[in-house]
Amino acid sequence: MKFTFNINGTSQTVDIDKNTPLLWVVRDVLNLKGTKFGCGKAACGACTLHVDGESVRSCSYPIHFVEGKNVRTIEGLADGDNLHPVQQAWMEEVVPQCGYCQPGFMMATAAMLEKIPNPTDDDIDANIVNVCRCATYYRMRKAIHRAAEIKNANS
Amino acid sequence: MKKQHLPVLSFFLLIGIVILFMANTSITEKIAASTTTLTTPLTNEIGDEPFDKMMAVLTHKRCVNCHPSGDRPRQGEDSHIHNFEVQRGIDNHGVAALRCESCHQHENNDFSGVPGAPEWSLAPIEMAWEGLSRVEIVQSMLNPANNGGRNLEQIVEHLTEHELVLWAWEPGIDAAGNPREKPPVSKEEYIKAVKEWAESGAIIPEE
Repeated sequence: MKFTFNINGTSQTVDIDKNTPLLWVVRDVLNLKGTKFGCGKAACGACTLHVDGESVRSCSYPIHFVEGKNVRTIEGLADGDNLHPVQQAWMEEVVPQCGYCQPGFMMATAAMLEKIPNPTDDDIDANIVNVCRCATYYRMRKAIHRAAEIKNANS
Repeated sequence: MKKQHLPVLSFFLLIGIVILFMANTSITEKIAASTTTLTTPLTNEIGDEPFDKMMAVLTHKRCVNCHPSGDRPRQGEDSHIHNFEVQRGIDNHGVAALRCESCHQHENNDFSGVPGAPEWSLAPIEMAWEGLSRVEIVQSMLNPANNGGRNLEQIVEHLTEHELVLWAWEPGIDAAGNPREKPPVSKEEYIKAVKEWAESGAIIPEE
């Protein structure tokens, strides 16, 4: 079946089984490798991206639900050459270790900051529940607070 | 190995076994503590009365897991607290970046094992059933202050037609491919029982 949706500002049509996970389409059909496969059961969050602005675990999101919607992946987080505040903060705080899970964390954080501009530690604990095997949680927490500062200063 | 070392080795082996037993007991106790009984335990026998059949469904984990008395959903066959600190949020659909629909869509996902149905969410806190008896659940269900202002006709409609309620009979499989347990009464029997109970006056038995 054919499904048409917008991804990172570009309209795309894919012809694929309707139950194919969005993650498969993003990585293997559209060749956007930033979004990662982690657990395959919506548990770790490595595959987090945005669908109509909401944080979604794309390994558990059949492609037919994406028809007509707007998808944003880590490749579309920056505005051209202007890095997103989350990306800036991640670099400032030198967050990643192996880096594999980081796009998922960054997309979840970006979604949270749209609704909670000044997150507390409790907000971070409640919203950002992805899994990082390198345990970079401490640096991520600092980066999330820093990203909020940058975003608020820009707006 | 020298023969005279055997008693010493035997002693340390015994100590090791005792420590392992204690550790295992501790883990078992922790699991038991995190798995509370949600409602009045059901016996294996379900009464013939429509009320009994209806309540055998409404007190089943497929219903009660999302009618918690707190702000954390439960999940699984053992009704454990939902993994990943999942919370109710202000609209019963989760918090800003961890919505129910971040993982749960409008249908079961048999690839990931994530269950789904339309309007997947927690029941409002006013409709908390966890820990209540059958009578208390129905009293709450019939109370317009708790049930969103529904009259009896609307309650029956919700109980017998709402896709999220009827999902209980199509719960899909978990991530390991194991089918989720269905309520102990068939969907057809349940719907018939709800309607019969309502038509006969929605009487709440004394228990």
